[in-house]
Amino acid sequence: MSASERLRVMFGAAPQKPERITPAAQQVHQLKRMTKADFAALKQHAHDHQLVNHKWRNRRWAVLILVNLLFTFSFWLDIQMLEGSLTASRFVGFHLIDLNSALQVMLAHRHVIVNLFIGTATVFVLWVALGGRSFCSWVCPYHLVAEWFEWLHVKLVAKKLVSDHEFHRGARSIFWFAFALLALLSGYTVFETISPTGILSRALIYGPSLALGWVLLLLVFEVLYSRRAWCRYVCPIGLTYGMVGAISPLRVEYRLEHCFHEGDCRKVCLVPHVLDVVIKGRAAELKTPIGPDCTRCGLCVDVCPSGALVFDVKGLNRLL
Amino acid sequence: MSGKTGDERPAANSQPPPEAGLPAATGSRRPQAPVRRLSSRRRFLRSAFLIGGVLGLAMLGYVPVAGAHRTRLRPPGALEESDFLASCIKCGQCVQVCPVAAIRLDDIDSGFGVGVPWIDARAQACDFSCDAVQCVLACPTGSLTYRKPAAVLTRPGMPLARAPLLKAKAKDPEPTLNLPERMGIARLSRPDSCLAVQGKGFRGQARGADFRGRLRYVERDRWRPVAVRDHPYERDLCNLCVSECPIGEAITMQVTVAADGSRQYRPQVLEQCVGCGVCEMICPVDPAAIVIAARQPWEG
Repeated sequence: MSASERLRVMFGAAPQKPERITPAAQQVHQLKRMTKADFAALKQHAHDHQLVNHKWRNRRWAVLILVNLLFTFSFWLDIQMLEGSLTASRFVGFHLIDLNSALQVMLAHRHVIVNLFIGTATVFVLWVALGGRSFCSWVCPYHLVAEWFEWLHVKLVAKKLVSDHEFHRGARSIFWFAFALLALLSGYTVFETISPTGILSRALIYGPSLALGWVLLLLVFEVLYSRRAWCRYVCPIGLTYGMVGAISPLRVEYRLEHCFHEGDCRKVCLVPHVLDVVIKGRAAELKTPIGPDCTRCGLCVDVCPSGALVFDVKGLNRLL
Repeated sequence: MSGKTGDERPAANSQPPPEAGLPAATGSRRPQAPVRRLSSRRRFLRSAFLIGGVLGLAMLGYVPVAGAHRTRLRPPGALEESDFLASCIKCGQCVQVCPVAAIRLDDIDSGFGVGVPWIDARAQACDFSCDAVQCVLACPTGSLTYRKPAAVLTRPGMPLARAPLLKAKAKDPEPTLNLPERMGIARLSRPDSCLAVQGKGFRGQARGADFRGRLRYVERDRWRPVAVRDHPYERDLCNLCVSECPIGEAITMQVTVAADGSRQYRPQVLEQCVGCGVCEMICPVDPAAIVIAARQPWEG
C-alpha cells in the first residue's frame, strides 16, 4: 500500500487489495498455503507459548495518567511543570499549543495569531517524532475513559444485549471540514464546545463541570450503540494528528512471515482498517508500515501471538 | 475473521457486520449483494444522522451566546466579547497564575463560552495583587492583551484616558498599571441600601465570617493577599468601596452640604474606574449597593 493510499484510507476510503505483490511476499503467501499442516502446528505452538501480557497497554496507561496528573499537580501543588490544559500549555516555560485548537481559534478569530506559532511548531515537531495519533492513545484522557467503556460495550455485544453500529469513516473527514467551516463562519470555536478532550482535561485540572454530562452521554452512546464512535467517526483532533503522523518515522510495522492471519489484532484495534494488510493474501511486501490513522497504542503488538506486529522507527535499523 | 469480509468492502470494524452471517457472498459475482447494498445504505443514513446530530448539538452552543442572558465580567485586558470568545483557546493558564484565584472557567451552560475565563466579582474580585496583570502575561493567544491588534474592535468609552495608577505601587518608580482598557464600570445601582448614603458607619467583617474572598492590604503585606474576614473594619462612615479601591482616582466620596448644614454622602465613580470589582466584593450590604456593569463603557 502506497503512502497516498494509506492517507486515502485515513480520510475514509475502504482499503483496497494490492495490485501488485512482490515476488518475496508472493512466495510467503504460497508457502503458507502449501505447508498447511505445518502451518497449523506452528500456530498451535505459538499459542501454547504465547506470553499474554499487556506491556504496551500498561506503559501507555501509565504515560497517559502521568501526563494528565502532571497537568493537575502543576496547578494544585503549584509545581509549575506543565501549566494550562491540553488545548494550550507551558512545559517548564515552553509553549505547547494543540494543533487543532490553534486552527479553530485562528479560523474563528479570523486572524493569524503569531503568538501561537512557536507553541504549534513545538507540538508539531513533537508529534512528528512521536507518531502523530499517538497523542490520542498516549495522552488524550477521553481515549482512556472510552477504552474502559469499550470493554463494557464488547462484553454486552458478546452477550448479544447490544449490537455495534458502524458509521462511514469518511464522516470524520466531513466533521473536520465542517468544524473548520463553522469556526470560520460563526466566529466561535464550535468544536471546542463539545470536545470531550478539552472538557475532560479542564475538569481534571480545574474541577468538575456540567460539561462532563456531555462526555458521559458520549460514553453511553458508545456502550449502547456504536463502538468507540467519537474517536473513530467524529474527532477532528485525531484526524489533525493523523496528518502529522503521516510523516512520522515512528509506527507499527507488520511482518508477513510471522503472521498466522488470525485477526486478533483487528479485534482489539481502534482503527481496524489500518490492519487490512494482515488479512490473508493482502500483504504486498514482507514488511509493511501501518498507516497514519494508527494511534500507536500497541494493543495489536500486545495481542499478536507471533510477533508479527512491532513498533518500528523508520530508518533506525539501517543506522544501527 | 479473514474469509468473512467481502471483496467490495472490507470491514472497517473488527466486529462482523450483523448481516455477515447471511449468504451474502455465496457465489455472488455481482458488484454488490442486495443485503450488502441495503446495509451500506443504512450505514450511509446513519452517518448522515450522526453528522447532522453532532453538528446540531454543537451549534446549540450558540443559544446562550445569542441570548446573552448574562454578561460575564472578563479578566483584565480581554478583547471585546466576540473577539474574546473566538480567540480564547480555553486552556485556563490565566486561572493558574491569578494570586487571588479570581478567574474561573465557564461551563457548558454558557454554550460557546465553555472553558472561557470570567470573574465573579462579588465572590472574588480582581484586586491586581499581582501588580503586572499576570493573566495577560500568561495568555498564549492574546485574548488577554496589553495592546490590541489594530484590526480588532474597540468601543468608545472602553479605553482609559490614561494608564491607571495602582495605589499599591504608588511608591514605585512606575506606579501605573499596563492596562489600556477597562473591564467594565462600577455603578451605585442600589443607592438606597448604601450605608454611606444613609449616613451609617460599618463595624466588623465586611462580608461576614464565612466569606472566602481575599484582598491585598498593602499596609499588612504587599505580596500576600489576606482573607477579608481576617481584616475587620471600623468606620464611622462606611467608605469601604472608596478606601479599598486598588486604583487611584477611580472612585471618591462625594459630600454635599444641605441648606440646613447636614451632610449627604454618596460614592462617586470616576472615569479612571477599570471595573475590577473590588468595590462590589467589599460592599458590606447584601446585595451589594455598588456593582460592576461588566464590559460597559464610561458614559461621562
